[in-house]
Amino acid sequence: MAQQTDIFPPPGEAMEPPGAFEAQPMGFYTDTTVCIGCKACEVACKNWNGLSARDGGAQPMSGDSYDNTRTLDGEHWRHVKFIEQFSEDRSQGRWLMMSDVCKHCVQAGCLEVCPTNAIIRTEFDTVVIQADVCNGCRDCIAACPFGVIEVNPVNNTAMKCTLCYDRMQNGLVPACAQACPTASIQFGPIAELRELGAARVEQLNTQSRDAGRPEDAYLYGADDSIVGGLNSFYLLIDEPEVYGLPRAPKLPSSQLPATTALTAAGAAGLGLLGLLGFRKRRMDDFAAEARAEAAESVRLAPGETVVVEPERGAKGGVGGEY
Amino acid sequence: MSIDPASAVSRVLAQTTLPSDTFVTLSPHWGWLIALYFFLGGISGGAAFLAAMLHLFGRAEDRPMVRLGYLVAFVALLPCAPLLIVDLNRPERFWHMIWQSDSGGPMFKWWSPMSLGVWIITLFAGILLLALIGSWAGRVGLPKRLSSLADGTLGKVVAAATGLLGLFLAGYTGTLLTATNRPLWADTPLLGLLFLLSGISAAAAALLLLGWRRTHPASLSWLGQIDSYAMGLELAVLVVMVVTLGAVATAVLGNGWGVALLVGTVLLGTLVPLAAHVRPRLLGPATIPVAAVLGLAGSFVLRSVIVLASEAV
Repeated sequence: MAQQTDIFPPPGEAMEPPGAFEAQPMGFYTDTTVCIGCKACEVACKNWNGLSARDGGAQPMSGDSYDNTRTLDGEHWRHVKFIEQFSEDRSQGRWLMMSDVCKHCVQAGCLEVCPTNAIIRTEFDTVVIQADVCNGCRDCIAACPFGVIEVNPVNNTAMKCTLCYDRMQNGLVPACAQACPTASIQFGPIAELRELGAARVEQLNTQSRDAGRPEDAYLYGADDSIVGGLNSFYLLIDEPEVYGLPRAPKLPSSQLPATTALTAAGAAGLGLLGLLGFRKRRMDDFAAEARAEAAESVRLAPGETVVVEPERGAKGGVGGEY
Repeated sequence: MSIDPASAVSRVLAQTTLPSDTFVTLSPHWGWLIALYFFLGGISGGAAFLAAMLHLFGRAEDRPMVRLGYLVAFVALLPCAPLLIVDLNRPERFWHMIWQSDSGGPMFKWWSPMSLGVWIITLFAGILLLALIGSWAGRVGLPKRLSSLADGTLGKVVAAATGLLGLFLAGYTGTLLTATNRPLWADTPLLGLLFLLSGISAAAAALLLLGWRRTHPASLSWLGQIDSYAMGLELAVLVVMVVTLGAVATAVLGNGWGVALLVGTVLLGTLVPLAAHVRPRLLGPATIPVAAVLGLAGSFVLRSVIVLASEAV
């Protein structure tokens, strides 16, 4: 599907509401090799979604990079990463640029843990946080394997990219993709985007092969090997870690069976030890009673008394030093 | 521009390997309030479990400790919900975790430890209150007839439910951390077990401290045994966890937090109390209460380090 950019009618014709996109998995395919780091996507995102500036606009420059946004958060739903790879003498180097955004995972960790159902999956298979439901527990922040979500300081709820759900419901391309001047960010049905991505990988790797360079282009998240697939997937030319992406992200629940089993086993084991403690106490009491009976059975001379000392100490089990 | 594979660039790139995928994630800013909740929740759940064990399998002489156990569990539980609510960014919406604000109906996701935890706390508070009232009936102005909550079949059911939910409360907090993608928390499946053991140990320490010379020595002796078992197992689990974490442990705990864990939890909070249980005169006549205080402090340090060391990444 070509990106829908002609939202205005020809001169003289009435403007018709475009209507919503067809309900099907939609998303982004980001070709990082054509990103020029212009940050138009960041600006468009902030503009359309009315996002505030960090610290009221007082955020200082990073000082060590052209990247002053530094991270995705509740006020920055797009972040152009500037990955600067230079040799020590700076005679060789390259900049990798990548417009990062929520991945709208097919198996979304944030959605999985959200205890208020504030996070929902839409008819476009995207993942959206409902700000009026979120109570700011921040479990989704810890659950996201990509470090996408943060609290927006204006409304104090967790926020992230909605893939411009409001625009999609009106047949409009998300603001970032609309603004991208190099078509690094492409929007459309996932199935079509995967075909586009695969063709581009083939093109790049063919060029590399012909030039005798390593065939390093690949798609990250286009198939279901990464949390069921990413509805915002990437064409990369280096290892995922270089872009700050996890190599094998997992769902928060991935360790639940193991941790639950271990915890339950610990509880059962300690309960059993407690029962054994009671049993030992009874055995010690029986032994003490037997000793007392034995002492009483001793024939006593008139006026003679026998004092049976109560059992004390750890061996006796009726109190020890406590 | 092509990159020479043998250049310094390649060497720099080789250093981008992370100890774990969890190191690319963001912190949820769970701070001291949450660490304190984990500590108090552990004590509450552990005390309820220990009191229920003494209630179900102990004798008449254990009743004072049963009463103390339920009371400690209740008092420790009281600040838990306020702590959690205050920690929310939108505290006035705390009820969204219990009732679906947009569509109505109960809000429950068994596969989300936080959602499960909300219901565990709610149910636990209710059943613990019944156990507390039943065990204290006829005292502190409570009608004697309420002792039916602690006697007979009903009493056994209430005690069993209290103990079981107490175990859930003590253990789920570690599981909650594991069900994330954060460094350390999501890198080991042992946190649930560790927090459970630490919670029971801390609860036993609290009961030993408060019940010392006030309750029957047999009850205290049994608690001392449980405390020793829990601390020994906790130490073993902690060692296994740190060893298996490998590079993650180095990155997260190779700093002041690691020192705090070593000194506060391992040395003062576990080894000294363990030695005190073996030699109850080690620190003089007050060895047991001193060891209990150290055990409690060690448990708090454990929760704080686990929560805050990861937050610092």
